[in-house]
Amino acid sequence: MSSVVPALGQIAVLVAALVLAVPFLGRYLAHVYTSPRHLAVERASYRALRLDPNADQHWKAYALSVLGFSLVGILGLYAFGRLQDLLPLSLGFAGLPADGAWNTAVSFVTNTNWQWYSGEAATGHLFQMSGLTVQNFVSAGVGMAVAAALARGLARNLRDGRVGNFWADLVRTVVRVLLPIALVAAVVLVLLGVVQNLLEPQTVHTLTGGTQDITGGPVASQEAIKELGTNGGGFYNANSAHPFENPTPFTNIFEIFLLLLLPFAMAWAFGLIVGDRRQGGAVLAVMALLLGVSIALLTWAEMAGPGTAPGLAGGAMEGKEVRFGTAGSALFGAATTGTSTGAVNAMHDSFTAPGGGVAMFNMMLGEVAPGGVGSGLYGMLMLAVVTVFLAGLMVGRTPEYLGKKIGQREIVLVALYVLTTPLLVLAGIAVAITASQGLVGLQESGPHGLSEALYAVTSASNNNGSAFGGLTSGTPFWNTLLGLCMLLGRFVPIVLVLALAGRFSAQRRLPPGAGTLPTHRPLFVALLSGVALVVVGLTYVPVLVLGPIVESLS
Amino acid sequence: MKDLYALFRHSLAGLRVLVAATLLVGVAYPLAVYGVAAVAAPWQSHGSLVTATGAHTTDADDAVGSALLGQLTDDDRLFYNRPSAAGDGYDPLNSYGSNYGPESPDLIAAIKERKAEIAEREGVDPADVPPDAVTASGSGLDPDISEAYADLQVPRVAAATGLTEDAVRRLVAEHTSGRTWGVLGEPRVNVLELNIAVLAGS
Repeated sequence: MSSVVPALGQIAVLVAALVLAVPFLGRYLAHVYTSPRHLAVERASYRALRLDPNADQHWKAYALSVLGFSLVGILGLYAFGRLQDLLPLSLGFAGLPADGAWNTAVSFVTNTNWQWYSGEAATGHLFQMSGLTVQNFVSAGVGMAVAAALARGLARNLRDGRVGNFWADLVRTVVRVLLPIALVAAVVLVLLGVVQNLLEPQTVHTLTGGTQDITGGPVASQEAIKELGTNGGGFYNANSAHPFENPTPFTNIFEIFLLLLLPFAMAWAFGLIVGDRRQGGAVLAVMALLLGVSIALLTWAEMAGPGTAPGLAGGAMEGKEVRFGTAGSALFGAATTGTSTGAVNAMHDSFTAPGGGVAMFNMMLGEVAPGGVGSGLYGMLMLAVVTVFLAGLMVGRTPEYLGKKIGQREIVLVALYVLTTPLLVLAGIAVAITASQGLVGLQESGPHGLSEALYAVTSASNNNGSAFGGLTSGTPFWNTLLGLCMLLGRFVPIVLVLALAGRFSAQRRLPPGAGTLPTHRPLFVALLSGVALVVVGLTYVPVLVLGPIVESLS
Repeated sequence: MKDLYALFRHSLAGLRVLVAATLLVGVAYPLAVYGVAAVAAPWQSHGSLVTATGAHTTDADDAVGSALLGQLTDDDRLFYNRPSAAGDGYDPLNSYGSNYGPESPDLIAAIKERKAEIAEREGVDPADVPPDAVTASGSGLDPDISEAYADLQVPRVAAATGLTEDAVRRLVAEHTSGRTWGVLGEPRVNVLELNIAVLAGS
């Protein structure tokens, strides 16, 4: 149970930390993605890996690099999972089943981190440390690279569809950004109680003569990048609710800070890359506005505790930890679904009906407030293009964004982008609730059962990864369906974003004219927020009504 | 065909990068954190284990549990943890919550039953039983209870151990943490450390 004043104070601490860190990190990121110079260690690795980091790739080559890299990532992780029993540190666990290995490989390569398995009961230390953790780094790197390519495409003038070099973007993201921050964060977490060892479960004899198996593992190193890279895959089944992943109120706010840090900093970096800080500020303002509203709603819902069970218990503490309370759980819940992280420090299935609805709505927004690392920025920029297009239609101006004309080809790419995820979600839920194999996984019937299924396909298609845990998803049906949702929900949008980046890069960058809609003013911030909400609203209202809304009203 | 060949070529480059990334962030990075942890925080990195006297240890053979994990209790001399959905209760091999929704009939029945049971055990009115006492945590391993739930259990623990209620209350206060910086998280009582102190005092 939480009180209002500390709850607000907790949010204020988070905001203050972000306000201090985001502009600084954003400036650094802009440098990382525009500097022509390579570090010595990078030059050495490019030589060893036989890569040309200076080749300015056409968008198609850039996209092929993204797809090729992700393809070997999926194949590699699939094999790793299947064969984990033959490798050291497996803790005696069997290899993953075919459908499970497919789901997990896609899940971690797409930055989703949906988990059908229970970490402490299915995966050995080596698979977590050298398989999953690696994808936590590089899948985040892929998202940031694609966002950087789009920003460069917008910034460039008549560059023939060239958008930069994927390998250089990826290597720089890992070496200069993710690794140093994760290293510091992991050490901070260890000092505060997060475990980091390679032990098998150790049995202790408890105070009352029972036994308890203490589970270890390389947790801190995974926890740090899991939040920083907006991945979200827990080392343990209970994810960040587990005291070994998130032991104190301070680690809780620190982990929330980590998962919001890069998505916001990428927006700041965007402004600098396109040469107008105010443009990044406007995008950031929309992200902050939408996130702020969802934090307020979710915090209200969990602290007020509507519903039969919370009312009977005296508060919505089912699925929540005492050290975080309702406020600390709601803040984490809004941040993890607003970014595409999907880590949880409380069970979202046990959130109040309006609280669970807000978490779902956050994901349906397309993970743009502030979204996943990189994917949040490019998702929001796609919506910005929709906004200038709509505004242009209303007043009869030729739509343009940052000096780039939004013609027919551009708007077709954007429209396809906007439609991809809703199509996956709605087709996915239709398949799930009409197939008998889909229904058997649901823990509850009625509207809450629909919410469980809807949450799953929404989470997978938007690459979030959090779950209404009542759904038993480790079946061949769910593993296959959600794997497809994750795969298409990641790479179809990425290819469309890169195609658009290529078209922008080939265009002349026009100076703003009298007819140009300024895209850095509060008016645009309001328009863009409205577009984000309306697009989602129109798409998802029917299914939301049948699930969380009916449940709230009953 | 040309595109497929191009994808193949890019995949080969990707494979080289993936191998290098695995060595860097899949082996060197976790081992570096492991090394720092072993030197700077051996107790924490081994799971914050405590002995029957409350001392810190890294050896599970000497430990009665982890300061960060709750455990099952069936002893009226001790403070009880919250209900747990982890396995048969407080099983770290099955960390999880119940995932019951707010209208779940199972959850509603469980809350009613727990309320009645705790009210009887502690000799109080069911309306006085706080929320954390009748709900399962997210991890199923919550090491803490609220101040209200600890307070509720003081008279029973005092009667069963022969300590005065004031003495038990002092022990509770010693093992209560407030909000960090006055705003972060919630005030809470660490049950294992409190129970160790209760047994030592009685």
